[in-house]
Amino acid sequence: MTQSVVVQVGQCGNQVGCRFWDLALREHAAVNKKGIYDEALSSFFRNVDTRSGDTGPDIYRGKICSLKARALLIDMEEGVVNEILQGPLRDVFDSKQLITDVSGSGNNWAVGHKIYGCQYRENIVEKLRKTAEHCDCLQCFFIIHSMGGGTGSGLGTFVLNLLEEEFPEVYRFVTSVYPSGEDDVITSPYNSVLAMKELNEHADCVLPIENESLFEIVNKIHQMINSGKLGSTVKQNSLVTSSAGSAKTLPEKPFDAMNNIVANLLLNLTSSARFEGSLNMDLNEISMNLVPFPRLHYLVSSLTPLYTLADVNVPSRRLDQMFSDAFSRDHQLIRADPKHSLYLACALLVRGNVQVSDLRRNIERLKPSLHFVSWNQEGWKTGLCSVPPVGHSHSLLALANNTCVKPTFIELKDRFMKLYKKKAHLHHYLQIDGMEQSCFSEAVSSLSDLIEEYNELDATKGGPRIDASRLKIAV
Amino acid sequence: MSIVTVQLGQCGNQIGHELFSALCRDSRGTHGLCSNNENQSYQDSCKERFFCEEESAVPAARAVLVDMEPKVISQALSMAASSGHWRYSSHSHFCQKQGSGNNWANGYCVHGPRHKEAIMELVQREAERCDRLGGFLTIMSMAGGTGSGLGAFVTQCLRDAFPTSFILNHVIWPYGTGEVIVQNYNSVLTLSHLYHSSDALLVHENDVIHKICAQLLNIKQISFRDVNQVIAHQLGSVFQPPCTYMSSCGFLLSGDLLESLVPHPEFRMLGLRNIPQMAESSLPYSTFSWPGLLRQMLIANAQMEEGIDWQVRPPQAGSCIPCTNKALHFNTSIANLLILRGKDVHSVELGSFQDPSLYTSWLNPQDAFTAWKTPRAFNKYEKSAALVSNSQFLLKPLDSIVGKAWNMFASKAYLHQYTKFGIQEEDFLDCFTTLEQVISSYTNL
Repeated sequence: MTQSVVVQVGQCGNQVGCRFWDLALREHAAVNKKGIYDEALSSFFRNVDTRSGDTGPDIYRGKICSLKARALLIDMEEGVVNEILQGPLRDVFDSKQLITDVSGSGNNWAVGHKIYGCQYRENIVEKLRKTAEHCDCLQCFFIIHSMGGGTGSGLGTFVLNLLEEEFPEVYRFVTSVYPSGEDDVITSPYNSVLAMKELNEHADCVLPIENESLFEIVNKIHQMINSGKLGSTVKQNSLVTSSAGSAKTLPEKPFDAMNNIVANLLLNLTSSARFEGSLNMDLNEISMNLVPFPRLHYLVSSLTPLYTLADVNVPSRRLDQMFSDAFSRDHQLIRADPKHSLYLACALLVRGNVQVSDLRRNIERLKPSLHFVSWNQEGWKTGLCSVPPVGHSHSLLALANNTCVKPTFIELKDRFMKLYKKKAHLHHYLQIDGMEQSCFSEAVSSLSDLIEEYNELDATKGGPRIDASRLKIAV
Repeated sequence: MSIVTVQLGQCGNQIGHELFSALCRDSRGTHGLCSNNENQSYQDSCKERFFCEEESAVPAARAVLVDMEPKVISQALSMAASSGHWRYSSHSHFCQKQGSGNNWANGYCVHGPRHKEAIMELVQREAERCDRLGGFLTIMSMAGGTGSGLGAFVTQCLRDAFPTSFILNHVIWPYGTGEVIVQNYNSVLTLSHLYHSSDALLVHENDVIHKICAQLLNIKQISFRDVNQVIAHQLGSVFQPPCTYMSSCGFLLSGDLLESLVPHPEFRMLGLRNIPQMAESSLPYSTFSWPGLLRQMLIANAQMEEGIDWQVRPPQAGSCIPCTNKALHFNTSIANLLILRGKDVHSVELGSFQDPSLYTSWLNPQDAFTAWKTPRAFNKYEKSAALVSNSQFLLKPLDSIVGKAWNMFASKAYLHQYTKFGIQEEDFLDCFTTLEQVISSYTNL
């Protein structure tokens, strides 16, 4: 079994990360009744003997003593990390896994990437090495950050670079929260485009997320619960937005519900690697099957169902509805419509009591309404994991490599150009050591190239430019 | 004579476990409607072939389990042990921590050489435990990374280490609408490599088995477990000793038989059909007659009976000689092996299987057709028949896979994933060439 390390950078990254660890503990608690430290737990947690203090040795089997997250928490302000360390998760994080500063990055990518990157490089490398040493077989780094700010965006992508240099064999999956149009950070387009260049070049897979989509999903759930239209009640802890513990605890902060969705995304993504199933789908398989060309590694994700009704029977119609929903634009975690764009590849990771015939039936049913590139007409990657998420009997995670990401990137570029043409706020960046005008032009050029690649695919539907006739054998 | 089974990857290990369960269950099952002596010799023979008797009295399967990640093997080991009737030896498995990522090149170029010694040592040990080693059966899928890539590598190693033993590769053909996106690449690479080191490829197509589950067995929510159990049943019907008490036992992995089934190295692909196949609950209410069963196997005029295309049938009267670009409406055979098990087996009339129009012109039907009979029934079926056939049945699926892989290759999609582990474009081209040759050969039968 392999291990993964989560690197959460910046305010957004740490808040989402915090939700992730919360839900991961809940999921494992539901499955692991005997309190034995098993291989599934070891993928994200170390088992530490804390009787002699926090720095006890790792215990590799036997009863759970103290679980420590395989994580690195990085923030250039102290607020968020301090809150985490005072909250219910304080014992899950090793005090040596934190890197904080006081003044923040001022929503400036250059401050995060160049200044703090330089300053904290050795510290970060050392802590990464430490976490890697605790892993028997490190397979993947998960980076969680936002694109629009300074720390998550700048320092986050600096860490991404570092990971490629120091651990080239380990996969780098990046969960990036993209800024919306009405983002209150004026320079978010600069930060995002500068960060995009790094993602293009150094990430294995990127899962873009947009707050607006998360917000709409949260609203939809609230409406469904409060409308009273449902015949049966919704199981409270089955909401894709709910946290651990009962619903009667402290009122959740506004972003908690949205962040829980992202946390669930990561849990589902790794479920087949952690738990057994009849058709396993490991993380390296995701990268292998969904990335046909190195730079086209942006995956649009959707999670269904959003909630489970309380009745136990799951007629197959409801199961089929789960599959249909996965392709609807309302369930995507960015504002995109994969159904009306071109698919390069698609992965379906099912959890729970779903069998191969259900998968096949639904693929056959949905295929005609989807457009796949000509060289990948049956481009489906499927996985079946037997263990469902908490509160559900089954769930589906769909990952699509689809040209529907293009509008998001085009919009980003447009917002960037609006500012750049007027050179607005540029001096904040250029005054940083190591930043030059070329950084900007290279970044926007990288983004343009990426958009062009998607354009090309859309135009030709991926058909080969030359006639691909088969080899002829002399009889 | 014993067979050492090498289970490779998730698919190989899941099927392997079902196979040994089926063999054990059948062997221990009802008397099989034959005399005590017959049954005893059947059980002894089965045990010798597949199991190793140890003092602890629970027989151990003659198997080596290989996978690059541990979950599936642990499951297989524990399920076997909890059955109480058979088990896997405690030191016959090899696994690593991280899988092959559906990457053939990873399985073949990286995992293969890295773990060759450890794996071959396990195989050697298992082989030495056999009084007489008949050969090797490898179970693998073509679509993934370990079964396919590492499987191809291990087959080559087996060929090098045991040049006089027979190697039969049991290969699972993936569903047409993918389980794995790069399955066509992985399949092309696997088939072309196996063609060079294996004696014969015994193929099961997931789509076909799925249909059996749906239409014949009436299973509503078909799981991989169901699919694997059908495959295990079909394999068992071929591998269980078809002996009669008086005469010697036919053996699939013997030189004589493989020579007649695979008379020419260009034609290595064997298909398997088994009838009847029905839900266990219907069994007590059905009666079978041999002519009825065999008619299903050899359909004279009907297209598809009971949803299963029996694919070995003579051309319709008045049809012209088939030429290469005409749609084939029957499959020419090179050779067929028919195994009959159960009641009244000696009275069966088999002349129709030797109809020359079934076979290619360059073989004598007497040589091309072999029949084995045993009165010992298999797995609760009063009468059952299995047909191992070297024919054009796989031509269309093979052509389809090569076509799709070529299409993807022309767009250069996913190639960077293979080149980073050592498989270059030229290697792909070699494989395509090999398979186009195979397609051409089968087309021109």
